Order: sequence, then structure tokens, then C-alpha cells
Amino acid sequence: MTENKNPITLFDYLGRVRDSDLWFSFTRSPVIVTSACVTLIYLIVTIFAPIIAPHDPFDLASIDLLDASLPPFWMVSGEIRFILGTDDQGRDVLSTIIYGSRISLFVGFASVIFSLVLGVSLGLISGYVGGRLDAFIMRVADVQLSFPAILIALLVDGLARTLLPREHHDEVALYVLVFAIGISGWVQYARTVRGQTLVEKGKEYVQAARIIGIRKWTILLRHILPNVTGPVLVIATIHLAIAIITEATLSFLGVGVPPTTPSLGTLIRIGNDFLFSGEWWITIFPGVALVLLVLSVNLLGDWLRDALNPKLR
Amino acid sequence: MLAFIFKRLLQSVVVMMTVALIAFALFRYVGDPINNMVGQDTTLEERAELKERLGLNDPFMIQFYRFVRDASVGEFGLSYQHRRPVKELIAERLPATLELALVSAILALAIGIPMGVYTALKRYGFLSRTFMTISLVGVSLPTFLIGILLILFFGVILRWLPTFGRGDVVEIGWWTSGFLTASGLKSLIMPSITLALFQMTLIMRLVRAEMLEVLRADFIKFARARGLPTRAVHFRHALKNTLVPVITITGLQLGSIIAFAIITESVFQWPGMGLLFIQAIGEVDIPVMAAYLVLIAFFFVVINMVVDILYFVVDPRLRVDKALVNGQ
Amino acid sequence: MTQLTLLQINNLEIEFPSRKSVLRAVDDVSLSLEKGDILGIVGESGAGKSTVGNALIGLLEPPGQMTKGEIFLDGNRIDNLPDSEKQKIRGKEIGMIFQDPLTSLNPLQTIENQLVETINLHLGLGENDARQRAVELLDQVGIPDSDVRVKQYPHQFSGGMRQRVVVALALCAEPNLIIADEPTTALDVSIQAQILDLMRGLCKQKQVGMVIITHDMGVIADITDRVAVMYRGRLVEHGATEKILGNPDHPYTQSLISAVPRPDIKLIRFPQVTYIEDVAEKNTEIDITKHWLGKARDYEAAPGPLVELKNISMRFTTKPAFLRKNRIFLDAVNNVSLDIHEGEVFGLVGESGSGKSTVARIICGLYTPISGAINFAGTELTALRKQSDLDPFRKQMQMIFQDPYSSLNPRMRVLDIVAEPILFHHLAETRREVEIIVKDLLEHVGLGAQSAVRYPHEFSGGQRQRISIARALATRPRFLICDEPTSALDVSIQAQILNLLKDLQEELGLTMLFISHDLPVIRQMCDRVGVMKDGFLCEMKETEVLFENPEHEYTQHLLNLMPRLKGLSLEGLDMQPQPNQS
Repeated sequence: MTENKNPITLFDYLGRVRDSDLWFSFTRSPVIVTSACVTLIYLIVTIFAPIIAPHDPFDLASIDLLDASLPPFWMVSGEIRFILGTDDQGRDVLSTIIYGSRISLFVGFASVIFSLVLGVSLGLISGYVGGRLDAFIMRVADVQLSFPAILIALLVDGLARTLLPREHHDEVALYVLVFAIGISGWVQYARTVRGQTLVEKGKEYVQAARIIGIRKWTILLRHILPNVTGPVLVIATIHLAIAIITEATLSFLGVGVPPTTPSLGTLIRIGNDFLFSGEWWITIFPGVALVLLVLSVNLLGDWLRDALNPKLR
Repeated sequence: MLAFIFKRLLQSVVVMMTVALIAFALFRYVGDPINNMVGQDTTLEERAELKERLGLNDPFMIQFYRFVRDASVGEFGLSYQHRRPVKELIAERLPATLELALVSAILALAIGIPMGVYTALKRYGFLSRTFMTISLVGVSLPTFLIGILLILFFGVILRWLPTFGRGDVVEIGWWTSGFLTASGLKSLIMPSITLALFQMTLIMRLVRAEMLEVLRADFIKFARARGLPTRAVHFRHALKNTLVPVITITGLQLGSIIAFAIITESVFQWPGMGLLFIQAIGEVDIPVMAAYLVLIAFFFVVINMVVDILYFVVDPRLRVDKALVNGQ
Repeated sequence: MTQLTLLQINNLEIEFPSRKSVLRAVDDVSLSLEKGDILGIVGESGAGKSTVGNALIGLLEPPGQMTKGEIFLDGNRIDNLPDSEKQKIRGKEIGMIFQDPLTSLNPLQTIENQLVETINLHLGLGENDARQRAVELLDQVGIPDSDVRVKQYPHQFSGGMRQRVVVALALCAEPNLIIADEPTTALDVSIQAQILDLMRGLCKQKQVGMVIITHDMGVIADITDRVAVMYRGRLVEHGATEKILGNPDHPYTQSLISAVPRPDIKLIRFPQVTYIEDVAEKNTEIDITKHWLGKARDYEAAPGPLVELKNISMRFTTKPAFLRKNRIFLDAVNNVSLDIHEGEVFGLVGESGSGKSTVARIICGLYTPISGAINFAGTELTALRKQSDLDPFRKQMQMIFQDPYSSLNPRMRVLDIVAEPILFHHLAETRREVEIIVKDLLEHVGLGAQSAVRYPHEFSGGQRQRISIARALATRPRFLICDEPTSALDVSIQAQILNLLKDLQEELGLTMLFISHDLPVIRQMCDRVGVMKDGFLCEMKETEVLFENPEHEYTQHLLNLMPRLKGLSLEGLDMQPQPNQS
């Protein structure tokens, strides 16, 4: 009895997703759904920032010093025009948060992608090729692992800062930062992928492919890579949270993004000066925005790790 | 065992050399050392003479050798920014950082490990879940934000604790200690909590994950099948096996406390190595940067070696290479 | 239930609720056991036998729960006791032995500590007395130099020794009932017999009742007094071992026993297993000249043997080191020479570590031997350097592996898995043609064509092996290597797969290298056999000659280790006529 089956359609795939354990576990927890929504909101808001933000904090023409240091709208002397208040220059805090989140998310995602690509590639090659190359890469990884990521990021950034003249530096600072955070994070991916690669390499379906005659690179990409990416997703989510925090920390310390493109960390630093004079909203709201974002990402990462772990089912 | 220690020592030396190389390259080739040392109106001849006198024209290996030789006794030359010997600066700042790191480390371990064990054993209890939620928040709060919030609350609003600085210190030899004065101790509270919180939650989650893993192991099942009471199973068997891999990670974490101190010192204006380093980066004060690098590397290398040796001591499987062949 | 009855189980039912449904793992099982008797619970995977064992000792894995029934120990009901009471019974009244001795022991504690802890808990002896007793126990289970070894760590013992330690631990509080869950499955064949003898001896001597849970008929035939057969959670049949094995009533038991490979009889074919609801037998007759599998089978007949191995040696570096003197090597294969003729089934048998799998992988080109040559149809393969030169030969030889769960890429659909070799060797013109060929192959091995769109995890172990076979046949090979193809499968599935292989071999005229550690299986499948030990080829003869008249002492040793399986029913077996029957 032959089957008249068409190639798998999108509906079949979606149907399978809906029936899967992953989706079930996802929809069961309201907290996780909320986190996912929050993260989604952040993404949408920051992508469409110019449309969504009520004001443009970079447009010098629209800023009026007379609006400076206004509290949030629910407090005395607050205005509805500036929901979360203004800073000492008259910029709308909500808008600065939106644009700041944009930078934070950009640096976060970009660093993670950089780390991921670098780490997964090195891990794959290291695990599959083995031998001296493997030993070398792992040695470098071990050494780097003994230094905390933030220190490495600081160092790379500091080095760039000293090597480039000031004007140049501001232009590329964002990319230098992405590079710095990215290079400090590849080890985790590489090690995990390498471990998985070693496991898969010994499996019999890889041997079967070699017996057929399939070449090394094809085996690596077609057989091994799809089977080692599972844990990578979990690492990436958690790494995203760490990357965002690292960028915020560096910016807070003054060695992160340049002042022309402030991230949430920069905003907190600026606002910190006004904490003692009672204008708490300039630093607290960016702080809340940062924590909310990182918390949502962390919750998602945690849930993903538990949901994808076959042993816990 | 001796062979193992020797191999590790060798590895450590290699790492130190690599770091020294980077630090040296930084020191010597980034920017012009002469420029940073003299004033505007020093003539070209005087500069050339200075260069010769400082041995900056000698071949690379000789200069590197001198650097390493000096560094091993802590001699890093003069700070560009402060115009004082780097050695002195370090001596001044080191105790502050070390005391802070020590207190934070003890806090992180003393709270993190027991909480990790508790949340693993009582997995579904209300208290457990509360702790896990708090820990998740703890991991999501950047260290500097924790510091700011603590300052705002306890320093500005409640006015219980000082908001910056180290308080009064007592000099013992070249060491300055804040442990022995009331204001010193009070100043220590918020910074150490700030520094410890992140590590604490990390350690707690780690211990919990490891312990849950161990509790699923076959030998635990067999222990229960032999009738061992739950308490014995949990503490005598599961816990010990959990702590073995935790040792390594904990060591690394503690190392990173020293690095994270940079942030805490910035927020609290704590006069330690970290603050010095940040200022140095801002001012491009190369000698200080290089010195900090080498010093930090040294700490990490030592911590890592201690952890490795500890691991070796604790896990009998690593020890017996040859005996297995004879053991049968 | 009399006063003598040690263990009584009535109408036991155990369920595992999951989010989609409730799995009834054990359904209405009733058993009894007297003091000093050994009861075997036998069944294939999924039968529920381990679940019964876990329930007896009160360590059911959550979310499993006992929903019906009663368990009595020495006349007292034990299944409804609170946990604290159950814990007191464990170890003292009931001892349990698990399958894997390596993971059963705490790696960080000495044997002494683990023994003394248990002894103290139940017997309350002083420290010195407890230590004394620990040493005595090790003596009883047959560990030499017990006073020295007691202070060692688990990883310093070999597998068999470790299991003896586990037995000692289970017995140290003098329980009346022992439950052993697959106690010898993880051990080498030569050790299995020793451990079984030890356990039986101790049981009879101390008048302890034992429940042995196993899938291995050999174990049942060897040491049990009574046996209970389970299938999908139900108790299918139970009674005295002699009766059940020699004259089973229930059709499942009959088919289970008839599927067990016999050491002393050669069958034409394994019997058709009808009771198991699994895949259909291959019943499609094909016209070999017109079918895909028959096309282009116009290889020239090989001048001599199809496969020749000449003085092959293989060395692995188990401990790499910078200095040569510190490296440790393993000589996996030592100067092995053998020939395999076209159309024959050559068997390679040996224990684990004998090098047989390594030989197979050397032939396929997965490993490069450090010396020696391999000839295939007259061409020396080991002389070929370039990958592209080897490709035409790769097409002609394929391999089937042992572990059905790791021999298929979990991320690929079955269609793509079987199509991969066809596409690589350009054996078809269009995508459509490939699809037809693949579906046809799948039908030919007994799976439906619609299995092509599914993923490996949707299939059982036996079905996956069929997929592997389909993949291996896709390049129309001349030479098929089967590396323990059924060792990981249940006995009844094994019979089906072996039948399939036999049928395919006859139909396609395949040359086969069949590797196994299981002598009865080798006897059923192979024309000639080679025996390997520690990398050496000890003996190589025709199957019947080897089994009737082994010359090498290792071969004799292996033959002695075969399970006797005396008293097993011969019903339903398709036997070859014996030449020397009077």
C-alpha cells in the first residue's frame, strides 16, 4: 500500500509543535508566557523606536531647558507630556529609555551572535578534528576561562581605547564593545559544542556516513551540527542576559558605549549623580527597565534549560 | 602526585609569562613612555638621552627580561597619572580590595552553599521556590545597580550606613585594615553584600543543580535500597559527591570576585585596586594597567592551582593511576 | 498463603500517569515465593518486570504509583506502610541488587566505609566488630585478599569483583529476601556464570528467597526454581521452571522460547514469531533480475576470495603523552589473516575487547591498520590513498551496527537517511526515482512505505534495525558486515531480524561478515567461524566442525560458557536434519 504523501507542509510542522512537550510546558506557566511577551515587547518597541517614542531625545531643537528635572506625571509638578519625567537637560526619560534599550539590545544580541558563531565553529572543529588543534584550542579556552569575562571585556575595550585616537574611537566604540563582550564569551559555547561533537562523533550514524564515503566536512555540517545545537540555544539565552548586564556595567563605569549613543547603563550612570538631590527617577526608571529586560530573558533561559533537558522529563 | 603538581606549576608559569608578555607589550609599545614622563618643554636631546638611560633602545628580549625581573618583585615604575611608584600605589590599595573580597567570598559561600543544598533537598517547598525566585532576580540585577539601590535605601533614606569610602582604618605594618574600627566595619557592610550577592546566587544555583544531578544517581538508589535513612543518604553520600565538582567552579567564582570588585569599588568609591584600575583606563595610565594585569593574573593562577590540587586530594579516582593496573 | 510463604503478591497494579494518558506498567500480577527458593521473572523490554522489583522494595520511580493489590512479607503487609517503616524494612528484610555495579557504589567512599555503614545501621555492632564482619562478608562472596581490598575504592575493582561487593552489601544485614534486577547483564559472559553460581549458593546456604528479574533465558534455565513470564505488564504464565521452559502452555511463552538461539541445534530458520505485535515479516518476493536490488549486479566474479585480510595489525594509543616512553598502547588486532569467499557467511566471535569489531572497521576503512593489507575482489584497498579511489569500493561494502538508537541520525527523516548513499554514489537520475527506490527498499525490509516521512524516534529498536538494513542495501552492496546487529534487541525481535538477514543473504547472494559474542547465534547464521581473543585469531573453521570439535583451548572455554539451556522446549523449531541421527 503506497502512500500519496506530499512533502511535509508548514501545517504539519506547526501541528507537531503544538503537540510537543515544549509547547505544553511553555503554555502551562503564566510566568514564562509573560516573560516571552515582555521580551517581545522590548524587541518591537526598540526596533520601532522612532515611531513609538513620544519624543526624540537627540533632536536638540526639541529639548527645552525649561522642562528640565520634571518628576513623573503622577507626582506634583509632573506633566502628562513627560510620563516618566525629564532629566537635567530637559530630555524625556521614557524616550531616553526606549532609545537606550535599543542600544543595550543591539550590543547584547550582536555580542551573543558573535560569541555563538565563533564558539560553535571552534567547538565543532576542535571536537571533530581532534589532535593538536583540539588540544591547543582547549588550552586557550581553559586559560581564558580562568579570567572572568568582564575583565577580558574591560581589557579588550581598554586596549582599543589606547590604540585608537579619540575621535576614531567614538565611531567604532559600539563595534569594539560588541567584539570585546563577544570574545569574552565564546568559551562556553565552544566547550559545550565540543563535548557534544565528541559524543556524536562516536555514534554509529556518523560511522555509517563515513562508510558510505561521505566526506568529513559534509558529515560535520549535515550530521553533527544539527545534533549539537540543542544546548546552544540555552546557553545563548543566558548569555544574552549576561551580555546585556556586561554592557550596562561597562557603560556605567564609563568605558562602554560612547556618550553620543547612551545605553541603559549610561543613563543609570548619568542619573546616579542626581540621586542624592532627590531626582531619583532619572536613574531608577532606566534601572527598572534594565532589570525587567534581563529578568525576562533569564526566566526564558531557565525555562528553556529545564524544558529541553531530557533527564528532567 | 608530585608529577601532577609539577605539571600544574609549569602550566601556571606559562600563563604568567603570556600575561607578562601582553602587559609588557602594553607597557612598552603603546603610546610613548617618554612622552608621558616628561613635560612639554623637554628638548629632543634630553628625551633621547632619557630613552637611552632607561634602556628603551635595547633589544626586545632584554627589555622583556628586565620587565619580568622587576615585576617579580613588584616593581612597575612610575604611574603616569599619580607620578608615584606603582609599587606604593598598589601597597596602599591592595588591602582594601583583599579585605572586601575576603568578606564577600565568605558571605557568598556561607549563604550560597547551604541555600543550594536546601533548595535541592526540598525542591517543591514554598521556601525553596521563594529562594529560587529571589536568586533569579539576584542574577538579573547588575552589581552596580544593587550597589546604587543599597546606597539609596540604607544610606540616603534610612541613613544607617555610610555611602562611600572605607571608614577609619588601622595601620599594621604596610597593611591597612578596616576590620578593627566600628566605622570601618560599617563601611564594609554594603559593598560586601553588593559584591557577594551575584556570586551567592550563582553558587546557590550551581550547588542545587549538581545536587539534583547526584540525587538521581544509581548509588543513591542503592543506598536507599540498603535501608539508609534519608538524612544519611542526603548528607553523607549526596552532599560529598556534590561538593567535588562544585569546588572547581567555586574557585573560579571567587577569583572573579576580585574582578567584580572593580564595579563595587566604583560605586562605593572604595579605595581599592579596582578603582585604581578604572581610573587608569580612563587616563591611559599604562604602568598601572600593566601592574594590575600581572597582579590579577597571579591571583587567578594561584587560585586555580589550589583548586586543582584540592580536586586531586578529594577525588580518589584521580589519584590512583598505577594501582588500577595491579588492583585487579 | 501458608506460614512458610516468604513473599506474597496479590493482584498488583502499578500505573504511571503522564500528561497525555496513564500507562499501566503492571496489570493484575500475583506471585508467591517460599524461603530458600529462587523465582525468576522473565520478559522483554516493557514487560514491567523491573517495575515489580521496584515496588517490592518500595522504591517506585515517581510518578509511578501502586493503584491496586497487596504485598505481604512473612505474612505482614508491607505495601501500605508509611515511608519511615518501609525504610526500616529495606536492607534488613529485603536486599536489592541492581544491574550496573559501577554506578551502584559511591565512588568517593571506600568499600569498608560503605559496608560498615550498612552493618552498623542494621546490626548495631561496634566499630571493630563491624569491620571484622565486613572482611568476612568479602570472603563469603569470594574476593581474595579481603583484608587489604576492603580499604580500597570502587574504581579499583573490576566489573565482576564490583558486583560481588554489591552482593555483599545487599546481604550484610542478613535479609530474608533478595531482589536482583538484571544482576549479570552488564558483566562479561565468563563472569556471569560465576556471579550466578555465587548468588545461588548463598541463597540455598542461608535459606534466603530470591527474585531474579531478567530478560535472559539462560539465566532462568541456570538457577531458578520457579519462573513467571511477563508481557506488557501482564503475568502470562508461571510455574516450576522445568515445566515452563520444557512445556509452555501460553503462546507468548512458546514463541519466546522458540526464539532463543540454541547452542546445540542448527535451525533452517527462526520460527515466525506470531504473538508479538510488531512489523510484518518480509513476504515480498521479488524478481531479482528486474528489481532495483538486482540491477547492475554484474560485478565480475572475484578471482579468489572476495575479502582477504593479510597480517592485519592495529594499535591504539590509549594514553597520549609527549614523550614516547610514557605512552600506553593497546594492540587491538594482532597479525590477523583471513579470507571470506563470495556468497558465504563468515562469523567472527569473541568476548568484548577481542578485536572483532575493530577488524570490521578496518575492512570498511574507518581505521587504518598499522601493518598488513586488505584485498577486496583482488584490489588492494590499503594501497589506495585518495578518497575518490575508494568510492567505488565503498559502494560494494556496507555495515549494520549494534545500537539501533545511535545508528540513525535523529534529525533526519527515514527517507533522507536511506536516500543518502543513493544520492552520494549517483545511483539514480531524479529525486522522484530516489524516492521510489527508498520506499521500495523500506517495504522490502518489512516496513511500510509511509515510514519514509517519519523520524527515527518514532520507531522501536527492531524497526530501526530494519531501517539500517534498508540503508545498507541502498548501494546494492556485495559485502555486508553485521556488527552485533541483534545484541541490543529483545529475543523475539532478534529472531525476526536474523530471519530477515538470512532471507536477504540468500535472495541477493550477499557475502556477509557476521560479528557476535553470542555463540548460539553464530551457529545459526554462519558457514565458517573465526574465534578471536585479545586481538589474535585463535581458530578458524567451518561452523559445525568448530562447535563439535574445537581445537584451541580458548574456543573450548567459550563453548563451555554457553548457556546449557537444557530442558528448553523444542516445539515449533524448524530444525535442520541432523546428519548423524540414528
